[in-house]
Amino acid sequence: MDQFLINLLNGISAGLLLFMLSSGLTLIFSMMGVLNFAHASFYMLGAYFAYTLTAVVGFWLALLLAPLLVGVVGAQFERHALRRVHKFGHVPELLITFGLSFVILELVQLIWGRSPVPFTPPPQLQGPAFTLLQSGDGDLALVWGAAPAAMCGRVGDLLVTCTRFPMTRMFVMIVAVAMLLALWLLLTRTRIGMVIQAALTHAEMVEALGHNVPRVFMLVFGAGCALAGLAGVVNGVTFITEPTMANIGPIIFAVVVIGGLGSLPGAFVGSIVVGLLMTLPLTVDASLADLFNRLGAQIGPDSALWPLLRITLSQAAPVLPFLLLVLILIFRPRGLLGTRES
Amino acid sequence: MTPAPAARAAAPAVELVEVGKRFGRTEIIRGVNLAVQPGERVAIIGPNGAGKSTLFNLISGRFGVSAGQIRLNGERIDGRKPFEINRRGLARSFQVSNLFTRLSVFENLRCAVLWSMGHRYAFWKFLADLRDVNDRVEELLVMLGLQRRRDVPATNLTYAEQRALEIGLTIAGGAGVILLDEPTAGMSRSETGRFVQLIRDVTAGRTLLTVEHDMGVVFGLADRIAVLVYGEIIAFDTPEAVRADPRVQEAYLGAVLAGPAATGD
Amino acid sequence: MPSRQSAAHYHFQPWNVGRWLLWSAFALLMLVAPLLWTSSLAHTMLSQMGIAIIVCLAYNMLLGQGGMLSFGHAVYSGLGSYLAVHTLNAVADGRLWLPVSLVPLVGGLAGLFFAALLGWVTTKKAGTTFAMITLGIGELVWSMSLMIPEFFGGEGGITTNRVVGQPWLGISFGPQIQVYYLIAIYCFVCTAAMYAFTRTPLGRILNAVRDNPERVEFVGYDTQRVRYLAFMISGFFAGIAGGLATLNFEIVTAEVVGAARSGAYLLFVFLGGATFFFGPIIGAVLMVIALVLLSELTKAWLLYLGLVFVFMIMYAPGGIASLIMMNLRVALFGRLRRLVGAYLALAAAALVVLIGAGAMIEMLYHLQLNQALGPRMSFLGAPLDAHDVDSWFGAAFVMVTGLALFELVRRQFKRQWDEVQAEIEVEIKRREAL
Repeated sequence: MDQFLINLLNGISAGLLLFMLSSGLTLIFSMMGVLNFAHASFYMLGAYFAYTLTAVVGFWLALLLAPLLVGVVGAQFERHALRRVHKFGHVPELLITFGLSFVILELVQLIWGRSPVPFTPPPQLQGPAFTLLQSGDGDLALVWGAAPAAMCGRVGDLLVTCTRFPMTRMFVMIVAVAMLLALWLLLTRTRIGMVIQAALTHAEMVEALGHNVPRVFMLVFGAGCALAGLAGVVNGVTFITEPTMANIGPIIFAVVVIGGLGSLPGAFVGSIVVGLLMTLPLTVDASLADLFNRLGAQIGPDSALWPLLRITLSQAAPVLPFLLLVLILIFRPRGLLGTRES
Repeated sequence: MTPAPAARAAAPAVELVEVGKRFGRTEIIRGVNLAVQPGERVAIIGPNGAGKSTLFNLISGRFGVSAGQIRLNGERIDGRKPFEINRRGLARSFQVSNLFTRLSVFENLRCAVLWSMGHRYAFWKFLADLRDVNDRVEELLVMLGLQRRRDVPATNLTYAEQRALEIGLTIAGGAGVILLDEPTAGMSRSETGRFVQLIRDVTAGRTLLTVEHDMGVVFGLADRIAVLVYGEIIAFDTPEAVRADPRVQEAYLGAVLAGPAATGD
Repeated sequence: MPSRQSAAHYHFQPWNVGRWLLWSAFALLMLVAPLLWTSSLAHTMLSQMGIAIIVCLAYNMLLGQGGMLSFGHAVYSGLGSYLAVHTLNAVADGRLWLPVSLVPLVGGLAGLFFAALLGWVTTKKAGTTFAMITLGIGELVWSMSLMIPEFFGGEGGITTNRVVGQPWLGISFGPQIQVYYLIAIYCFVCTAAMYAFTRTPLGRILNAVRDNPERVEFVGYDTQRVRYLAFMISGFFAGIAGGLATLNFEIVTAEVVGAARSGAYLLFVFLGGATFFFGPIIGAVLMVIALVLLSELTKAWLLYLGLVFVFMIMYAPGGIASLIMMNLRVALFGRLRRLVGAYLALAAAALVVLIGAGAMIEMLYHLQLNQALGPRMSFLGAPLDAHDVDSWFGAAFVMVTGLALFELVRRQFKRQWDEVQAEIEVEIKRREAL
């Protein structure tokens, strides 16, 4: 049970991370109609910027500065490159962000190398956030921080298993939730948020009212990239900082299509679902063949389709988001919470 | 489900029965009943925002109805996709020219003709060999007055030429029911006059529904006029009757129906 | 149907000499190329180019002709490769009889099959969503390739031998030159077929779908059906290319369905020019040259490629083909000579930028990869010290100077170009009035 709870938390934290990324992507898409193919690249940049800045100003300041820096890079790209391509249509816009993702990846590999860089968490974030203890007869207990060694293993005549939930993962969840709240407050309670919401659907009107819509676009693009950068910082310090970080890109795009392109609540739901989908099956070592055999069939290495049936759920975990994508497209093409295109 | 022969003979070309359309909570069209007879020319007029274009979008299948039924030659077409409706003999033009931008005038018209000539998704015959298609396009070019511009990409045409091509795309397939959405929008007086003659020529013998603001065009072209106000038809009658209708005059504040337009062209 | 006679619309249709000439030249070039470039490297590259031309043209059926941006087309060429390699192995084992020269057709049928299977879901949507779906399906297939080693061969891939069965007229497909000519024949036939497609009703309606998918529905066509059919035809030709690749390399690994390959198709077709039929041919040739030669020249070749791609999108979205055609038009009106000076200046400035940027990039790579050799290195004959600020400053200075020069020259060029274009417009109107 404790293992399951920990896995659930892992899944939710993965989902929240995905949401940090998909929310920025959805904002940019809703506002400007362009799907930022380089979104995962800005995510990666955030981690690398934070890594370098930490050596200079320490982690906590880097946590603040790195996303800002990423945002600036994004805003400048919007202003000098994306804007120029805007008049050619949506396909060239997608293409130029694709090209940018390429260039960023190569530059990162050029400057920081192809191997992972040692981005270690600061002392405050090391160690477990809490420990779940489960005794042999099913009782569950929670201890903040690390449980003392005496409480784990054989305690008297009970066998107690201790599972730790790392502080860094807790940190990811806290940052994600805080970001969510801040975003929601910004969009619904501030003036700039109101302008953004209006420009989302009626850009010309907003411009006619005197607002500098191109500047708003630049700000939104930069903000979206900054959010991705923030996700990069927290993820890079929690897991690993290396060039293959950017491979999360296709998963993000699957998330936004599953949730419904252009819908922020859809991105949230899609993120949590995909996060759980990628994490929970990792502990399941059963395959379809096992399932059929449990129901009485005799599936073995000689059966037809054996190569497909013997794949365990844990092996299939990375594919599941894309399978879900295909299923959604067949049965509910507008996504879970998407609006129907008229 | 085919209507009895006698009923079919009397079936209106286009019939709307209690048609309604809402977007979210806003009702754009409410309880519209309209029956257009085959070969008739009907103009739909009304103040801005009355829902005229929405009505066209409903009939041509661009939007689905929220309530009611739409029939084409007796057969229900509401809920059908635009291409299904087009294949059953209804074609429409757009208020903002909706052309195939990078194709030439000739190719534009050819695309509009292909399905109606039965060539469908063929990839085993050459376009250059399709005599029937190419001859038809040549006819259309002459009718529309675009022969000299046949190889010009649609996006490089003048405004009036684009409007002409827009109508060309609509009638090319030989549909029996033609919907024209503000065909003379943005044209000068002289251009309008020429255009109205063009419309008369190309839609000869067919059923025509047109949305118009120019009263001169309306009174010169239409057999009957439908007046759409706030999503409802408040009058549907001959031009003289509509002109005299007090409800219509009230809707238009009386200003449009008095004056030079009343004398026709 | 109409009472008018067809003769009323008589068109003077002379034999299109230009077209016959071009196609003959194309065939001739493919015929004699291995005799002009005789090294084994050249033959390898020519073979790869033949394959690349087929797959790039197939890709452009979607991008340039249909307006469909696919990030996952390697799936269809790759699966074609896989089915071809299994077929070839079955032929070698005696389980199947098929002449080796027809194996690429198996690849084509595989490509067609998978395009039919996956394309139905893929073409349900258009535009950006379509692109995302192709990305997702590409990832799906690639991930599955790692999970099913029985079909995909795992890490090592699947090897084969193309010299199987009885040699026919002495042709065993052992030597590279024989494989080249087989590829050349397929390339010519496929190119001709895909060109013919552009002149069919489906091909033209596909263009209409690209230009205005909404209007197409209102002239009687089901847009999704059009896209689906084009997708399948494109998958067929991509599969043929995959099958030829199997014969050429005699090994198939998972990267043939990978994202990098799909990205390469996209990049080079766009670079070559998606708006003209011959653009992808240029792109295919560039692709092989870049992958084989450029990668040897500098480790930063991917970075350079990415930058060129980005600048192309901003300044020449029609690709190299459009640049050629634009200048051809200027030449036909006799005004190319005026622009030659500006072109040379542009090239010179670009070269300066390249030298400065290249020096910095090479120094960075040197620092990273060759640390044991110390910071000194030579770039284009000039000695540089990667730890010395002067070297960096010098390189940066050269690059910035080059950029400034480039911008100056570019503005001048643009002025001249616009002048020339205006003159051409006047000339055209004059000729029209005659």
